[in-house]
Amino acid sequence: MSKQEYTITVYTENQIGLLNRIAIIFSRRKINIESLNTSPSEIDSVHRFTIVINETEDVVRKLCRQIEKQVEVLKAYFNTNDEIIWQELALYKVPTDEIAEKVKVERLLRQFGARAVVIRKDYTIFETTGHREETEGLIKALEPYSLIEFVRSARVAIINASKGFHEKLKEFESEEPGTDVIENEFLNQQDEVFMM
Amino acid sequence: MNTVEEPEKKIARSAKTIESISGSEAVLKALIAENVKTIFGYPGGAIMPIYDALYDYKDRLHHILVRHEQGAIHAAQGFARASGKTGVVFATSGPGATNLVTGLADAMIDSTPLVCITGQVFAHLLGTDAFQETDVINITTPVTKWNYQVTDAIEIPSILAKAFYIAGSGRPGPVLIDITKNAQLQKFDFKGYTTCKHIRSYRPKPIVRKEYIEQAAQLINVAQKPFVIFGQGIILGKAEKEFKHFIEKSGIPAAWTIMGMSAIPTDHPLGVGMLGMHGNYGPNVLTNECDVLIAIGMRFDDRVTGRLDKYAKQAKIIHLDIDPAEIDKNVKTTIPVWGDCKETLPLLTELVNKKTHMQWLQRFKDFQKQEEETCIIPELNPINEVLTMGEVINLLNELTKGEAIIVTDVGQHQMVACRYAKYNYSRSNITSGGLGTMGFALPASIGAKFGAEKRTVVSVIGDGGVQMTIQELGTIMQFNVDVKIIVLNNNFLGMVRQWQQLFHDKRYSFVDITSPDFVMVAKGYHIEGQSVSKREHLKNALSTMLNHKEAYLLEVMVGKENNVFPMVPQGCSVSEIRLK
Repeated sequence: MSKQEYTITVYTENQIGLLNRIAIIFSRRKINIESLNTSPSEIDSVHRFTIVINETEDVVRKLCRQIEKQVEVLKAYFNTNDEIIWQELALYKVPTDEIAEKVKVERLLRQFGARAVVIRKDYTIFETTGHREETEGLIKALEPYSLIEFVRSARVAIINASKGFHEKLKEFESEEPGTDVIENEFLNQQDEVFMM
Repeated sequence: MNTVEEPEKKIARSAKTIESISGSEAVLKALIAENVKTIFGYPGGAIMPIYDALYDYKDRLHHILVRHEQGAIHAAQGFARASGKTGVVFATSGPGATNLVTGLADAMIDSTPLVCITGQVFAHLLGTDAFQETDVINITTPVTKWNYQVTDAIEIPSILAKAFYIAGSGRPGPVLIDITKNAQLQKFDFKGYTTCKHIRSYRPKPIVRKEYIEQAAQLINVAQKPFVIFGQGIILGKAEKEFKHFIEKSGIPAAWTIMGMSAIPTDHPLGVGMLGMHGNYGPNVLTNECDVLIAIGMRFDDRVTGRLDKYAKQAKIIHLDIDPAEIDKNVKTTIPVWGDCKETLPLLTELVNKKTHMQWLQRFKDFQKQEEETCIIPELNPINEVLTMGEVINLLNELTKGEAIIVTDVGQHQMVACRYAKYNYSRSNITSGGLGTMGFALPASIGAKFGAEKRTVVSVIGDGGVQMTIQELGTIMQFNVDVKIIVLNNNFLGMVRQWQQLFHDKRYSFVDITSPDFVMVAKGYHIEGQSVSKREHLKNALSTMLNHKEAYLLEVMVGKENNVFPMVPQGCSVSEIRLK
């Protein structure tokens, strides 16, 4: 099994120390977190982590089970890039006179869909959102024009197939064991199972 | 007028039932509500308010003052393992709390339910490097099932309720609650204590899926050479009876891991022995021959599986476990049966055919015979005059008739004790399995005695391990704890020496350990004892120990360079188990 980019979405309680509990699940196994974002979710009291790592499916599945095992974690999902819509936000600081003087820059910005957030005498800050290649493309393009500063946010992602967490939460709130099932790759492959 | 008066009356009535108490008192009230009777602990600056409150609760809460916080937590582990209840520990901030870390790691890996309460500096001093301040929550995060810092007394009842619920439910584990000193002192309106039964983000038990149970039963019913391997999950799930019914109906031979030991009596006709590195010959070899491997409440530790890519590759694997994260973690499962084995085993038993597997069982017996000739007989009935660890355990079996709780430390003596000890009842084998914590046995045996007061508790320890927590003899002395201590002294750190002999060309690097006169040390603590080195004295010495009304220390001088066999060398397949 080869490694690829996976986005892990974790629904949790909003609890101090939980970030650490989740982070050490990766660091303990010497797995690098490419990007980590924490944010509110569609539900008031439920927090949402979006974590990006490069791993094999087998490892990601195990990691998600370890994450779900944490008392304050409601649910962890993992998805490949084609199962999600995602964005990253980037900010670029460039000297204003460079932009004013050089028309090329303007063209570049149009091309990359950037917009100006602040324009001051000495510098201008542009913003783009998009995939890694897009935000990185603009850095390369701006470098010759004295790019002063660059920063990029973590990935935020929405799972295409997700119906949100409202229904799930109801299950979690009822005292009975939830109907949530844990999948196994061998299930429904009876031939495989019963070949003695 | 009436309508105006009524609400006032209501307020007056409820005000009567609400009392103002300190956070410390709330802690103790919570413990009483959780039916805790014994606490193992050690006081200090940041936990003083709780100890002050404890002064008034002496009649309801029995506090055992240990000699070191590590002793407290191992004792609480021993208590939990012997009784099936949650062990409770008190320790102060800073060094008191950091001294708990080894025990927390041990309890985490061996799924032992504990609630540890640590004091912490005043909330306004957090993060200022105050006296005896350490970041206990972050230090203990990887080694606790859950931990929480309380800075406001109002939280105490609900947090402790959560702590006990989390520690004891699902797959049990240690919980640490760190309470700042201001919260311990703070008065608040105590509205009573309600035990916790549900946390929305916490699923202690996965849902039982009937289709998996049906598939598992079908697979078992067509199996020619089925083999059950079981772990502590049976004991933790209190499913000993259900398990016995299952193997007796299906007629499947069953082997235990070190942690699963004593879940069925060791002389059960279907019990074929211990798995793992120093387990029995048959169970290890036949793991690679069975056609269906049924793993129940065990986690395929590397000491059990040996080389994973050569482990049970021919077999279909059914794995019953309460913890979803264990399924497929080390060994790919054909049929996972998620759930509490107390629920899943009866469902499975109902669907399996009544059967016997005489020929298959005979294969285990054949291997047993070979093992007896090469390993067991020389260990239990040695021909030369040098004493072996095995004969001590063998005589102990004879004298206790399998009724005793045996607490072992870590090393050669542990493997020998677990290989040869006989048990009639569950919760009789208490050892540090997953973490391999030397120094575990002496304090754990203290806890075990409090957890099972009517039972004989024998702690079997090596000369290395006993010196790691020997200070707990003080606890035994002060509280008159009736534990029998056998020190198997080979004047070596025996297990490391064995590895150095076998795998490092006998380069004995720092395994030659000098010991004090253990009998004299015990005497210093007013504990009776003797040392034996001759076979003719051994039986008498053991009976003297067992018949003594109080704690007793028996040192047995055993062969210096004896090895434990069989052995699956590290990195080898279970089929490559060595008999010598």
